[in-house]
Amino acid sequence: MEKDFPIFQVMDQNGNIVSEDYKDLVTEERVKKFYSEMVRIRTLDRKSISLQRQGRIGTYAPFEGQEASQVGTALALESDDWMFPTYRDHGAAMVFGHSLRNILLFWNGRNEGCVPPDGKKIFPPAIPIATQIPHAAGAAFAEKQKDTKNAAICYFGDGATSEGDFHEGLNFASVFKSPVVYFCQNNQYAISVPISKQMNSATIAQKALAYDIPGVRIDGNDIFAVFAETEKALKRARNGEGPTLIEAMTWRYGSHTTADDASKYRDQGESALKRMETDPLLRLERWMKNEGLYDEAWVKEIEAQAAAEIDAAVQEMEKFPKADPAVIFDYVFEKPTWTIEKQKREYLELIGGEA
Amino acid sequence: MNTAIQTKTLTLVQAITDGLDTMLGESKDVILLGEDIGKNGGVFRATDGLQEKYGEDRVVDTPLSEAGFVGAAIGMAVNGFRPVVEIQFLGFIYPAYEQIMTHASRLRMRTLGHFTVPMVIRAPYGAGVRAPEIHCDSTESLFTHMPGMKVVCPSNAYDAKGLMIAAIEDPDPVLFLEPMRSYRSSRGEVPEGKYTVEIGKGKKLTEGDDVTVIAWGAMIPVAMKAAEDMKQKGVQCEVLDLRTLYPIDKDLVIESVQKTGRTVIVHEAHATGGTGSDLISLINDEAFLYQKAPAERVTGYDTPVPYFGFEDHYLPTPKRVAAAIEKVMKF
Repeated sequence: MEKDFPIFQVMDQNGNIVSEDYKDLVTEERVKKFYSEMVRIRTLDRKSISLQRQGRIGTYAPFEGQEASQVGTALALESDDWMFPTYRDHGAAMVFGHSLRNILLFWNGRNEGCVPPDGKKIFPPAIPIATQIPHAAGAAFAEKQKDTKNAAICYFGDGATSEGDFHEGLNFASVFKSPVVYFCQNNQYAISVPISKQMNSATIAQKALAYDIPGVRIDGNDIFAVFAETEKALKRARNGEGPTLIEAMTWRYGSHTTADDASKYRDQGESALKRMETDPLLRLERWMKNEGLYDEAWVKEIEAQAAAEIDAAVQEMEKFPKADPAVIFDYVFEKPTWTIEKQKREYLELIGGEA
Repeated sequence: MNTAIQTKTLTLVQAITDGLDTMLGESKDVILLGEDIGKNGGVFRATDGLQEKYGEDRVVDTPLSEAGFVGAAIGMAVNGFRPVVEIQFLGFIYPAYEQIMTHASRLRMRTLGHFTVPMVIRAPYGAGVRAPEIHCDSTESLFTHMPGMKVVCPSNAYDAKGLMIAAIEDPDPVLFLEPMRSYRSSRGEVPEGKYTVEIGKGKKLTEGDDVTVIAWGAMIPVAMKAAEDMKQKGVQCEVLDLRTLYPIDKDLVIESVQKTGRTVIVHEAHATGGTGSDLISLINDEAFLYQKAPAERVTGYDTPVPYFGFEDHYLPTPKRVAAAIEKVMKF
């Protein structure tokens, strides 16, 4: 099966183009755009871990190592498309135009963090595993019913492919030809459980065969492979050809969350080695160096810009008004029921002017 | 000008079909999804003829996947549609429970109203029709306990259509429970066209000063029979059809209980954690000092709904209800 689903690469880990057909895709402009977006989200990721360690946000799920998958997909979308991220895909959401302040608010326990900017169709992060897969099938089916050319992208990890909702969602989308791209970041661990214990199948991509939809396996750390295959899948979707399953091979360097310690279940030396070999940013640096285009001053500049942007968002997050307890009562229904009104009134009376 | 409202005589299930038909005709946003609802018209024929009338795009036969199509309907609702999904039997809703609990019911709150889920989940429920096992559950409390869901349950044709239209127009998710035992057991006058029965409002079916009897759905005929039998013995029951299980019609219940001082609650769901417990809490909060006797519950037992060979022993009967009425009278 690995042979039937070879890992597609445009650029290998040394920064060499290995798919001649895609040679024209790799321009200096695009490399720089991709690189700077990956720097932005990596900066956010590292900053967030640091904020969590300082007690300035809650438990945080890092994605470092998966930047190519998140940036490459997000940049392939059109602005009217839908995005269904998980809790580890806020890098993609950020690139797609989510508010950085709100992303940070989400990690700081605020519902305000689930609200995307107006007009941005970004679903709140899926917390239960795989439940967003049917949502994307339905939202995309609705676009088809409305006769638009909009599509949806739905993210999930390798563990999600064991859930019933993965199969029910793909089945639904395939039957109704929903314009949706199912993008699996196979980082090879579901918290502590390695892929070998997650499934008997050799690849995730082959699961597409069951639904008679295209399934492709790509190097998820090769941002050009990610971008090219996502674009292709989106085009199919817009043409009424239905869903595609993309399996992007990747790796998270860190733990599942800041509440997890990966060294308990795997040799983190392996992560360090992977970083040296297959890191998505290093790969683009190598290409730039091979081409004689690497400019350290430019790199420092975009790193400084990213840091400044994220520091500003952290400030906004920290200046955000403190939680108003009325909020928890006011958004359960469009109009609160009497039980909720009563509970709100009694609680607000109890806490007096402290609300 | 003829202002008389035209009516037709329909069974409860036909009234549901009529409500769906009315709303499909009114708005292109309304879309039906479920297993066997298209060509077959649903296993109970609740969607009979609707696919033929509105097409396969609007009355959609889905794969056999409750979590899948409820999840997809959530995505459709968020994206501008008003889906009405049919769960073939309430006992088959459990695969979709996660979708309802973690998404349909809380997307509004998660996103402070940015994304909402105006969907209706229809589900025939209850025992008493000699159906196979798991086809007879009455687990409404799993959903009344779920913040963000409304739960309604009509007992007659008029309410069924009016509540269906209200549920489809509601901006939040509604579980619409259909008493399959009452689907065809009686007929009622149903107005043509559009009207609503307000969600959150029950109805007083009989006036009485002695005992308030609260029931809904398929238990209404049982409660009414018991009330009639007790009338022969000089006990005047005030029978309330709750119609909405969340949010409960507090004023209706409290006004009646403050008058009678005695309450009997009838439901076929299991006793522990049932809606009867919520009603007793409400009475405790709002009518404690009016009580002349502790409220009685006549319910299904804390056992799984048994195979139909035993179901007559499980379900509340007029005899059990009458005994409870006598008990509160004698206290």
